[in-house]
Amino acid sequence: MSVRVSIVGGSGYVGGELLRLLLFHPLVTVAQATSERLAGKPITVAHPNLRGIPAAREVQFTSQDRLTPCDVLFLALPHGDAARAIDRFAELAPKIIDCSADFRLRDPALYARWYGETHPAPHWLEQFVYGLPELHRDAIRTARYVSGVGCNATATNLALLPLVRVGLIDPTRDVIVEVKVGSSEGGAQPGESSHHPERSGAVRSFAPVGHRHTAEVVQELGLSRVHLSITSVELVRGALATAHAFASAPVSEKDLWRAFRATYGSEPFVRIVREKQGVYRLPEPKILAGSNYADVGFAVDEETGRIVSICAIDNLMKGAAGTAVQCMNLMCGFEERTGLEFPGLHPI
Amino acid sequence: MRATCPECEAEITLPEGTVEGEILTCPECAAELEVVSIDPPELALAPEVEEDWGE
Ligand SMILES: [Zn+2]
Repeated sequence: MSVRVSIVGGSGYVGGELLRLLLFHPLVTVAQATSERLAGKPITVAHPNLRGIPAAREVQFTSQDRLTPCDVLFLALPHGDAARAIDRFAELAPKIIDCSADFRLRDPALYARWYGETHPAPHWLEQFVYGLPELHRDAIRTARYVSGVGCNATATNLALLPLVRVGLIDPTRDVIVEVKVGSSEGGAQPGESSHHPERSGAVRSFAPVGHRHTAEVVQELGLSRVHLSITSVELVRGALATAHAFASAPVSEKDLWRAFRATYGSEPFVRIVREKQGVYRLPEPKILAGSNYADVGFAVDEETGRIVSICAIDNLMKGAAGTAVQCMNLMCGFEERTGLEFPGLHPI
Repeated sequence: MRATCPECEAEITLPEGTVEGEILTCPECAAELEVVSIDPPELALAPEVEEDWGE
């Protein structure tokens, strides 16, 4: 018997990626996908890659007020919309995965500080588990409500996790993370800054300080002195986090290998990439487009103790929809890799 | 027959018929490794070849 899933906010980029994954997932059926703007139209109007797929022909966009009960409800709505309507959504499905930032932070004060407003439904915050399986796998298995992850936060968290877990970082020194991102992070809604002649070829330092995903790194890694800078580059999909941290004691490349293997040795979707030869010696987002893998790597300057830790992901996959489906697999008791094994393309 | 990569400490299974002096590539860190001994199995970093990798 197949699990019935519906997607609220199915016409955006994350919604489209969820549809692409879930329509090919062997254990689920996509029941409904909503879009107020495109209600009544086939989902291929927004997502032309799904043309000709029999399961996609069964689904057309519907408006939110026509949603019917299902087993798992994915929310892929603009900031704040999920939080304002969560009571109603919870009546429709026993399990919810929210891809927005609305329920990522446990502490309403941390939310207010980074989002500049009081949370619309603060009593719901503690009911959501932060949906990064590499950090909270056991809690996700039994959770009813899981929040999706921020893409820049995920690249940063996966880059830094081995250093934090093994205790290699000097906690009295700051950790600086530069994240380079593709244009799809901006979402499907166009704006002046995304107009093609302005965006194409740009290396735009769009959030040198104050990026909201910093809060997720602070919360999940327990680091208080972590600072993010985000730069958009010439990619549609992809995020590359380069984290600079200082070691608490002399550290060698072998120590880094041990820390990364201890953290990720049995993770199904994290690969250690630190090769001595070849073209792709360190993580590179280009070859991860469409894939749920996170590639992590590192280098160390033994003289200064500077550790450079690197993580590449597809922002729409491991940074959003892919991780959300990975969470659904855990919540439903499916094998974690189900529907997510596409390895990416080369050359691309 | 198993040996440890001197670069990344990966456990490497040496193929049947491996002989001393043979060059292998570590499957995890891609280091070029020389089989310096068979019994016990031991690997060392092979001399580096000219680099052709840049921007
Ligand atoms: Zn090796």
